[in-house]
Amino acid sequence: MSVLAVFNTGVLSNALAAEAAADKVSDGFLLANSWWLPVMSFVGFWAILLLAKRINVKNAAAYMGIAVIGVQFAFAAGAVVQWQQRTAVVVEHAESQSAEGEAHSTASDTTEAETSDETHAESLGAIGAASGFSLGSEEGEVVKLRPSVERSVSWYRNGDTDIRIGTHVDGFAVAMLFVVAFISLTVHVFSREYLRTDSRITHYFAALSLFTGAMLWMVQSATTLGVLFGWELMGLCSFLLIGHWWEDRDNTDAALKAFFTTRIGDIGLLIGIVILFFAGGKTFDIAVINERALNGEIRQWLCFVAATCLFAGVIGKSAQFPLHTWLPDAMAGPTPASALIHAATMVVAGVYLVARLYGVFWSGFSIHAGGMNLGALVGSITLVMAALLAFVQTDIKKVLAYSTVSQLGYMVMGLAVGGWAGAIFHLVTHAFFKALLFQASGSIAHSGSHHSFEMERMGGLRKYMPVTFATFTAGYLALCGVFPMAGFWSKDEVLTAAKTNGYTWAFVAGSLGAFLTACYMTRTYTKTFFGENRLHLFHDDHDAQLVNTGHDAHTTHDVHVGHVGHEGAGGLEGAGGLEGAGGHEGAGGHDDHGPHESNIWITAPLAALAVMSTVVGLLQWPKFYAFEHFIANITFEETVIARWGSPEFNLTGVAIPSSILGLLGIAIGVVYFKVFNHDFGLVKRGGIFALVHKVLKNKYYLDHLWTGVVIGFVKGPLAKAAYWFNQQGLDGAVDTAGRTSVGVSRWVYRFIDQGTVDMFANGIGSTTNNLGSGLRKTQTGNVQNYAAIFIGAVGLAVLAIVLFI
Amino acid sequence: MVLNQFLFLSALLFCIGVYGVIVRKNAVLVLMSIELMVNAVNLNLVAFALYNDNVIGQVFALFAIAIAAAEVGVGLAIVLLIYRNRRNVDLGTLSEMKG
Repeated sequence: MSVLAVFNTGVLSNALAAEAAADKVSDGFLLANSWWLPVMSFVGFWAILLLAKRINVKNAAAYMGIAVIGVQFAFAAGAVVQWQQRTAVVVEHAESQSAEGEAHSTASDTTEAETSDETHAESLGAIGAASGFSLGSEEGEVVKLRPSVERSVSWYRNGDTDIRIGTHVDGFAVAMLFVVAFISLTVHVFSREYLRTDSRITHYFAALSLFTGAMLWMVQSATTLGVLFGWELMGLCSFLLIGHWWEDRDNTDAALKAFFTTRIGDIGLLIGIVILFFAGGKTFDIAVINERALNGEIRQWLCFVAATCLFAGVIGKSAQFPLHTWLPDAMAGPTPASALIHAATMVVAGVYLVARLYGVFWSGFSIHAGGMNLGALVGSITLVMAALLAFVQTDIKKVLAYSTVSQLGYMVMGLAVGGWAGAIFHLVTHAFFKALLFQASGSIAHSGSHHSFEMERMGGLRKYMPVTFATFTAGYLALCGVFPMAGFWSKDEVLTAAKTNGYTWAFVAGSLGAFLTACYMTRTYTKTFFGENRLHLFHDDHDAQLVNTGHDAHTTHDVHVGHVGHEGAGGLEGAGGLEGAGGHEGAGGHDDHGPHESNIWITAPLAALAVMSTVVGLLQWPKFYAFEHFIANITFEETVIARWGSPEFNLTGVAIPSSILGLLGIAIGVVYFKVFNHDFGLVKRGGIFALVHKVLKNKYYLDHLWTGVVIGFVKGPLAKAAYWFNQQGLDGAVDTAGRTSVGVSRWVYRFIDQGTVDMFANGIGSTTNNLGSGLRKTQTGNVQNYAAIFIGAVGLAVLAIVLFI
Repeated sequence: MVLNQFLFLSALLFCIGVYGVIVRKNAVLVLMSIELMVNAVNLNLVAFALYNDNVIGQVFALFAIAIAAAEVGVGLAIVLLIYRNRRNVDLGTLSEMKG
């Protein structure tokens, strides 16, 4: 608690600190020591890298990774419990409203805040009204919130500037820790089966551990510097995992593309952090920056510049329009890594950043003004654009990738229209159901379609893979926003915020996105699980395809030759269920059997995620809003949340229309893609549909824009122009500068150095020399001369004393 | 008593001493001349002690005599060594320290 008082200087936290001093709130052990989580990961990373191959257990790396993440998951779950049990303290206005208003106005005077007193008065009234956050909804009722647990150490000092590094654990961070640990655990377990024949499984699990540590560090970091550290480390792990099968040129290209594209945004992030460092009074502390941005100590235009720069980082990392192009390509990586990094956790880092530095964005983008802002615009464009792109994909992972881009657009839009809690809730629910969908698609590729993600090779899989089918269905319904699955609640929260806060067009875009999502997911769902299985149609070119697509191809088939015999018994259809699936990896075995269910290492994570996708939405059941209470943030409580509160669940205005839209999307999808089995029937007739299809197939030509136009321009004319400028302009200048320098140097040598400096130096020397040889003559060596001089001098001195004194 | 005569004698002795130190070539004689100068000062000290009826001057003179004895001891030792090395004690030839 004492740390909190150090960090937060505002009125609110002073009141808090006083309150806390009155009755001591003890920090939970796990909350105070949450920095152990990333440390465990980093230790695990080195342990896997250095030790895994020395342990004489097959795939020891996988078990080491699972052990580490298992402990971390237990830690994170304990942290959730401790946060839930943490004593809430009274935030303010237990006394009369007017007295509080007085206190606020004096505070704003002393801090020279530009926020007017009216704003405070409004916000105070609104807190009372926002029943979602007060324990009771009566006017003037106390508001109780849990103070965050802060720990920090001084990293280094430079004069007055104290650069600190530490953790800031509040409800948001705890929720993120839990989500990351949970999904990382499922991914680790899934990967143990999915990559068990991979020759670089050690590196894979090491990178997975490093990534988990980076993410766990980022979500609890108290400073923007710490966030940046985790952010970049995650980018590195993303690069490593996308390029995991680097034998294939496409994969390395995709890895480089992902890395460079996000780096472009990261430049903005870096600039934004530096701006905030100086604008916020030489601090990297997020809580302080938020508070100063909200109370006007950081001027609005500075907030705008900083928020725009940071938003560039968000566009890169969270794959927003127009830098989203790397995310679909990133599907070249192993599927569980895609599920963890490119669906559930890393790509939401940008969303996390906006939510964490919400004060800056709130004030910079003038979110309270309603109408239009950069974030809402980019988010809306992204969510509709990516949803349209998902229609024309034939690769199930690409569909899910575009769906991820679309949902990230949802989150960004939700934050930018003031739905702070709603967007975070969507982040959480999306993490569960999208990780589920990705891993289910991985399960299909692993056991159902010979390591291909082409939906043409699937079809009718519900008969062969019942568990994968059931869990995929849960994820599908959650993504489509069907009551009572997770997506329904979170999507409604975002839409309600847009509608309530005066962003009608964003509401329309979001509703359209919900409709499109339901539609293209139905297409994917029916193509994958219904109809006839089409795998046998592709048997002829299977091996060629295996090499060409490269996706998840097991490069070491011969390792498992021993399983061939076993596999014959495993049988077609995977009738043996979970356990009977073991032997399908054998060399040449692919032609002998059809699709079957994956084994327990894959189905167990799917089942866990399916359960979460179903129940996690219920946390936001109207009237209770348990999740909102959980993440309620003290810094934002006064201004952001209180301004609008979190909008109440809106049954008739949002929930029912959006449900109808979703169901309509599903219905149209079923009719168009299943009953008529058209898929691209309309397209074949030509005209406008064919044109639209072509544009979508080419991803709006954005890749052409980046590689062809932008990079081409840089490589061609710009490089030539730069070379010419370099030769003529810069080199000319350099040459001129060089010649001038030589001339000046020569003059300096002749007149300054030789003429003046050396003259002095030589003069000193020769003077001393002459003086020495003059004085030398007095040194006769005859002691009587010395005595005579001495006596003479004494005589003169005596004479002087006698005469003058 | 008459102070003048003592002071006059003392000054005379001192001047003879100075003369001896500057002019005589024999190192032993130079040492003796230094002794003359010291004793001129001692004479002054004793004379002023009597004149002021104060014993401190006499004590001081005793100290000076003791120190002068030591000084002459050292000086004669040096002269003896010079004689052993050079077979004469002529100060005019002792100019190795000439700059």
